[in-house]
Amino acid sequence: MSAAPSAPPSKSWTVKVREKGVEALPPDRLLPDGQPTYVASWIYIFGVASIASLIVIILSGSILTLKGPAWWHYTSVGHFFNSIHLWSVELFFFVMVVHLWGKYWMAAWRGGRARVWITGAITFLVAVPAALTGYVSQQNFDAQWIATQAKDSMNSVGIGAFFNLTNFGQMYSYHILLLPIAVVLLVSAHVLLVRRNGVVPPFELEQKLPAAAPAPAVAPDAPSEPSGDGAAQPPRELQG
Amino acid sequence: MTLTALASLHLLALKGAALMGAIVNLNHPAHTVDWEFIHLSLANVIVIGLMLLVFVLALLLPFPGAAKRRESERAS
Repeated sequence: MSAAPSAPPSKSWTVKVREKGVEALPPDRLLPDGQPTYVASWIYIFGVASIASLIVIILSGSILTLKGPAWWHYTSVGHFFNSIHLWSVELFFFVMVVHLWGKYWMAAWRGGRARVWITGAITFLVAVPAALTGYVSQQNFDAQWIATQAKDSMNSVGIGAFFNLTNFGQMYSYHILLLPIAVVLLVSAHVLLVRRNGVVPPFELEQKLPAAAPAPAVAPDAPSEPSGDGAAQPPRELQG
Repeated sequence: MTLTALASLHLLALKGAALMGAIVNLNHPAHTVDWEFIHLSLANVIVIGLMLLVFVLALLLPFPGAAKRRESERAS
């Protein structure tokens, strides 16, 4: 009796997606044991501080969405969550701007990290209308004032027909659905790209990196190769 | 939450607002900073100043444990 022929390689799309995913982002890069030593600096915490603020924004915003305008205007607990939502947004922009300054001055697009920089910049640009639609969704005189002022700016650039800031329904839909989804997707892509490319090293360390062996991507014994998009990974001895 | 607890919370919020009102008088049009074409509210100028301060402090202040990590890295 002859041996059964070996099964042909699977063409399943799930297998292909899995293989592509693991190839693009091996598990030890997605969830690494530690970060390089140079990350032990206050300037590196503003990215994760932005994510922490975003989580508070989404949680407090979800509660406000469930309860509605009368609750957030006329009850003490509603006032509390309304304030949490407002101040977490203020904190989000505060730390995101400091994060942006830090990454700009360390030229964080170096070493094949252009997409990391671009997704971060687009996130900032999308977060601005996300906040604006929130201000005009408050259902008070402040919202009316902001909406009537901002509609003129929309009309002046020719997009007033598509974005009517005095239309509460449209603004609220943008604020609680479309723009939050866009921000969360962009932040997710941004974080995954940071994981894939590694945190950008200081300028003086980058000079040493090409000569150093890249960190193993899949297994410690696997032959080392540069990452697909040319990103310089810190050597293992520089990782904490 | 009981009605009494809500009332207490509301009273506390009113007291807090009164206290802040005593420290900062908000009963006037916003102060602005004007320089050529630049027209900013004082509140925004303060926030921008705070961001700059936090940025500089983040660069200058030592991170807890950073020196120890560098030493152990050199030793290894």
